[in-house]
Amino acid sequence: MSDMIHIRGLKKSFGSLEVLKGVDMTVRKGEIISIIGPSGSGKSTLLRTLIHLEKASDGEIIIEGEATLTQSGEHISESQIRQRCRKLGMVFQNFNLFPHKTALENVMEAPLTVLKKDKSEAIRIAEELLAKVGLSDKRDSYPYYLSGGQKQRVAIARALAMAPDIMLFDEPTSALDPELIGEVLSVIKDLASEHMTMLIVTHEMTFAREVSDKVVFMDEGRILEMAPPEKIFSDPDHPRIKTFLDKML
Amino acid sequence: MEYLIDSTRYILMGCTVTLKLFFITLILSLPLGFICAMGKASSWRTVRVLMDSYTSVVRGTPLLLQIFFVYYGLPIIIPGLRLERFNAAALTFILNYGAYFTEIFRSGIQSIDRGQYEASRVLGMSYTQTMIRIVLPQTIKRVLPTIANEAITLVKDTALIVVLGIGDILRNSKEIVARDFTISPFVIAALIYLGMNYLLVLFFNRMEKRYSVYE
Repeated sequence: MSDMIHIRGLKKSFGSLEVLKGVDMTVRKGEIISIIGPSGSGKSTLLRTLIHLEKASDGEIIIEGEATLTQSGEHISESQIRQRCRKLGMVFQNFNLFPHKTALENVMEAPLTVLKKDKSEAIRIAEELLAKVGLSDKRDSYPYYLSGGQKQRVAIARALAMAPDIMLFDEPTSALDPELIGEVLSVIKDLASEHMTMLIVTHEMTFAREVSDKVVFMDEGRILEMAPPEKIFSDPDHPRIKTFLDKML
Repeated sequence: MEYLIDSTRYILMGCTVTLKLFFITLILSLPLGFICAMGKASSWRTVRVLMDSYTSVVRGTPLLLQIFFVYYGLPIIIPGLRLERFNAAALTFILNYGAYFTEIFRSGIQSIDRGQYEASRVLGMSYTQTMIRIVLPQTIKRVLPTIANEAITLVKDTALIVVLGIGDILRNSKEIVARDFTISPFVIAALIYLGMNYLLVLFFNRMEKRYSVYE
């Protein structure tokens, strides 16, 4: 079973606005997939629906062989969904760190409360991960005192603390000052070199081209094309993609 | 001078009751308020309606009337349920302040960014864990100044229990006033209330400082 994620016919509407109009996608183990496209095309909604922050209107989601959403309408309990979604970690555009906890406590929180590790073990995990993102010296700082790039690196460490198999990045550098983007991208590249399976919604075209195995182009709630970066960036099937990329680059 | 000391000592005896009522009310009505605030945010309509009626009735009627109602009214509605005077007062105060704290916590909880819930959820935390470990501490920081205000009001509101003839600070001073035809006991009582509130303000200032470490 090397399919990490299997999505079929995924639909999502907000009121009368259909944001996802039937998305099919398969993600294999170790694949790094960038999702690009104009704003409002449903990229973020796809990630949020996948991890059940939004309730899909229709479709099928299977994570490592276990369904979190079925078309047959089979009921999957809330706790089962939470359990199965643990294989996914997520990083947000706005970091969403816990402001009342230090960098170390932010990373410790899930191992402590969800995995029920004891405190010394949680501290060990958190220290290791902060070292990995290069922030050992900030362990006792509250998020308020960190730069955007540092916040996002703590957020990545926090997501990794649950030892997810798949990482979802929702525009991880969009809220950052240009000079801070590099440090976050380099942490993501480190993860890529460890063959972490990743889905990355991004506007950083150079980065997407460099790091991804496949690039997904979304437009108006559908996947227009999914192909290796060389193909998408130099010879896309769809003229719409070319117009978009010309504007971006 | 000796007279003043004696009066003060007698009035201070009433402090025990005042302080007891103050602490019992604060300790029980704060959690009550937080739980009811969560009820107000609940997706269960019945719970929401119940909580809404609780806060509107309690906040919409005088505390004094509520004290009368619990002490004199309850035994008539439910025969045999006659609460001891202090217990009746304490129950009324807890329910009354619980309602105010419900509204304070509700506004505090609503001011917490949605991203905090989302981050907790994707980390696999349950709703209860999220509320207790993530939302509650941030809410407390935000509502602390308002809670301080309520606590100061509570110190003064405890004086209402004279109507049940309980020997608190105010009642004891009133006794001396009636006996000796002097108003100095009222001044003493005022100073005691003032002193208590001064300590309270100090305490809350320190709390606010402690909670301000993170921003």
